[in-house]
Amino acid sequence: MTSIPSQDGRKAGATASISVLPRLVNFLILIALDAGVIWFLSRLVSLGYYPLAAAIFIILVFVNIVLLRQAARPIRWMVVGLALMGLFTIYPIFFTVWVSFTNYGEGHLITKEQATDQILRAKYLPETGRAYSWTAFRSPEGDYALWLMDADGNGYLALPDEPLTQPQPGEAGIGELDTKGIPETIEGYQRLNAILAATDRNLIEVLFGEAGKTIQVRSPSEAAELLPLYVYDPERDAMISQETGVSYQNIRGTFTSQNGTQLRPGFVESIQFTNFRDFFLSPALRGPLVRIILWNFAFAFFSLLLSFSLGLAIAIMFNDKFFPFKKLIRSLLIIPYTLPALITILIWRGMLNPELGVFDRVLESLFGWAPPWFTDQWWAKIAILIVNLWLSYPYFMLVCSGALQSISEDYYAAAKVDGANVWQQFRNITLPLLMVAVGPLLVASFTFNFNNFNLIFLFNQGNPPMAGTPTPAGHTDILISYVYNLAFTGSRGVNYGFASAITIVIFLIVSVITLFQFRYTNMWEEISENV
Amino acid sequence: MSSITTIQRLRSSASTQRRFSIGVRLILAVILIVFSLFPILWVISASFNPTGSLATQTLIPQNAGLGNYRELLNSGEIPYWTWFGNSIKISTITSVIALAITTAAAYAFSRFRFRGRQTMLKGILLVNAFPALLALVATFLMISQFGDISPVIGLNSHVSLILVYLGTAMGINIWLMKGFLDTIPRDIDEAARVEGATDWQIFIQLILPLLRPILIVIGILNYITTYGEFVLARVLLKTTEQFTLMVGLQIFTQGQFQQRWGVFAAGALLGALPIMIIYLALQDQIVGGLTQGAVKG
Repeated sequence: MTSIPSQDGRKAGATASISVLPRLVNFLILIALDAGVIWFLSRLVSLGYYPLAAAIFIILVFVNIVLLRQAARPIRWMVVGLALMGLFTIYPIFFTVWVSFTNYGEGHLITKEQATDQILRAKYLPETGRAYSWTAFRSPEGDYALWLMDADGNGYLALPDEPLTQPQPGEAGIGELDTKGIPETIEGYQRLNAILAATDRNLIEVLFGEAGKTIQVRSPSEAAELLPLYVYDPERDAMISQETGVSYQNIRGTFTSQNGTQLRPGFVESIQFTNFRDFFLSPALRGPLVRIILWNFAFAFFSLLLSFSLGLAIAIMFNDKFFPFKKLIRSLLIIPYTLPALITILIWRGMLNPELGVFDRVLESLFGWAPPWFTDQWWAKIAILIVNLWLSYPYFMLVCSGALQSISEDYYAAAKVDGANVWQQFRNITLPLLMVAVGPLLVASFTFNFNNFNLIFLFNQGNPPMAGTPTPAGHTDILISYVYNLAFTGSRGVNYGFASAITIVIFLIVSVITLFQFRYTNMWEEISENV
Repeated sequence: MSSITTIQRLRSSASTQRRFSIGVRLILAVILIVFSLFPILWVISASFNPTGSLATQTLIPQNAGLGNYRELLNSGEIPYWTWFGNSIKISTITSVIALAITTAAAYAFSRFRFRGRQTMLKGILLVNAFPALLALVATFLMISQFGDISPVIGLNSHVSLILVYLGTAMGINIWLMKGFLDTIPRDIDEAARVEGATDWQIFIQLILPLLRPILIVIGILNYITTYGEFVLARVLLKTTEQFTLMVGLQIFTQGQFQQRWGVFAAGALLGALPIMIIYLALQDQIVGGLTQGAVKG
C-alpha cells in the first residue's frame, strides 16, 4: 500500500511521455487482432458459414467499441468474458433457433451453393457427342496434351482450354506418326505408355478443349466430349436434366423430379415451422413424445422430492450442537457427492446389473427373484430414482443444515411457550424459514434434473426401448437425451433440425421455471439493493 | 421438598430421553452411512479382486491383489495417464482463466457505476439460466466449422474444448463474487485512489488478497465441475489420445464392462480420489459456497 504513492510520485513527472507509448502499443495490438479476425471472417464467408461469420463480426465490433471508447472503460474489465460468452453461449442459442427452422440433417448438410456446384459438375455423353480413343502426353511441368483418334481414323490434338486442332506431322511440334497414326513425339511433351496413362490420377481431372465442348478421359480406352448433365433454372428453382429433359424441382432442400427421384446431395433450407408442427402434431412422433415429457416431469419432481426429504430429515436429525461424531458423520455422508457423477453412475450401473450385479445376486439368493432393473420400464425408472437419490441427497443435507443453523432458537422457545408440538413447530417455523433460504436452490435443482442428461445417458441410455416409434426412443428417455439421440446417434440419419426444435421447446419450459425462480427469490431485488 | 424431587426426576428423565434419542439417531446414522458408502466399498473391493469380473465379486475379495491396477496402468492398451493428464491440464487451464474472468468482471460490477450495469447483470444471469447442454448441437456444428479453417480450434482439440468451457465463465459465480466484493468497504479503495493509485493497482494489490477465501471456493468448484464434465468433451473429442479421463472411462465401459469390471473400478477410484480429497479437506469452505448458490455439475 505504501508503495503506491511513491511509485506514482516518480511517475508523475514523466506521465506525458510514458502514456503515449503504451497507448500506441495497445492500439497496434488491437489492429493486429482485428486483422487476424477479419482474415478468419473472410475464410468463414468463403466457406459459406454466414451465421457464424455474422456472430463473430458483431462480437468484433463490440470489442472494438469497448476498447476504443473512453465511456466504455468499465466494460474493458469483462470484455474477454463477454466475447467468449457471446460466441460460445449466446451464439449457439441463436444458431439453435435458426437450425430449428431448417431441414439441417442427414442429406442436408451443406449450403445450397455447394450442393448446386456439386450437381452441376455432373457430366453426360450426349448422343451427338463424339468419342475418341486417346494417347496422353505430359510435359516436364506437368501439363497434359491428348492425341485423339476418332472412329474414322482422323487424329486431333487436344490441349486444355484450346479448341481441337488437326495438325499434320511437322506442324505444331508434332513428330512422325507411328503405324496407328499416333505421333511418336510432340515437342515439349513426353509420350506416356498405356499403363502410365491409365494410372495417372491427374489426367482424369483435366478438361481438354474449349469450354462447352470439353473432352475428358472417361476410361483407359475412351475420351469423350462431355456436356454438363444439369442446367439450373433460377426462375423455377429447378435442375433440368439435359439428357432426359426431366425437371427436378427444389422440394424442401432436395431437387426432386415428379416421380420422386432425388438428386444428391441435398442442402440446408428453411422449412418454416415444419419441425415444430411435427413436434406438436405428427401422430407418429406424438406418442413417444407425450410419454417422454410426462416421465421427464415426473423424474425431475420425484428426484427432487426424494432427495430433498431425505436431506432435510438428516439435517434435522443431526441439527444438534452437542451430537457426538457430528463432523465425522457429515464427512462420511457427503462422500457420494464428492465423486464425479459419471463415476458413481457407472458404478451403480455395474451394481444393479441383472444376474451379475451385487443387488440382484443377493436378492436372488434370498427371495429367488430380483427386479429387472434394465429390461422392465417401471423398474428402470425406479432404479434411476434410487441412483439419483443417492447422488443428490448429500447436497440437500448440506444446504439444509446450513439453513437450519441460521434459524434463531428464540422462535422455538416462543413456540414451546405457546404449547406448539414438534410437528407444529416444523410446519410453522422450520419449513417456512427454511424455504426462504433453500427455495431457489430447489427450483434450480428441478431445472438441473429436468435436463439431467448424464444420469440417463450413462445409466441405461434411455432403455428399455419403446416399441414402434418412428425414431428410437426409450422408456426412461427424457427430452434432452432424446434430442441427443436424434442429433448424434440417429440410426435413420441425424436430424439436427428436429433436434433443435425440441431444444427450443425445452428452452421455453426451462425459462418459465427460471422466471418463476427469479420471482420467487426476488433475485432482482437483491441485485438492486446492492447497487 | 416434593417439588425438588419432581424437578430432579424430570431432569433425569430428560437426560435418559436425550440419551435414548441420541442412540436412535446414531443407529440411523450408521444405516445412512452404509447406504452412502456401500457402493464405494464395493468398488474398492472390486478393484482388488483378482478375477476382475462383475460376476465373481464378493465384498471381501479372496486373494486380493493389485492385478487390476497393473493392467490399468501398465498394459499400454488403456492410455490412463494420458487421459488423466488431459483432464488435469484442461481443468487447470479452464478454472484459472475462468477465475480471472469472473473476478475482473465482478470487480467492475461492484466498483464502477456505468450505464447498462444492471441490465448486464440480469442478462448474464438469464443467459446462464439456459443449460449449456441444450445448445450442444449448435456448439458441435460451430466447432466443426471452425475446424474447416484451422484444426487447432476444430473438433478433437483441447483448445476448442477449453474455449467452450470458458463461454460459461461469465456465469452465476459473478454474482457470488460481486456479493463478496460488496462487503469489502469502498473506503479502502477511495483512500488508495486519493493517493494516486490506478484502478488496476487497487484491484491487484488491495482487493485481490482480500478475496482469497472466495477465490478458493469458486476456483475449486469450477475445477471439480470441469474435471467431471463429460458431455461436451464426449461430443467434441474424437481420438483416444485426446480423451479426458471421464470420456475415456465412459468409452471403456462400452466395451467389456462386465468382464473388466475390476479394471474399471481401479480406474474410477484413481480418478475420483484427487477430487474426493480436495472436497473433504475444504468441505467447510465449499459448503459455505454451496449454500450461497455456487454450483457443481
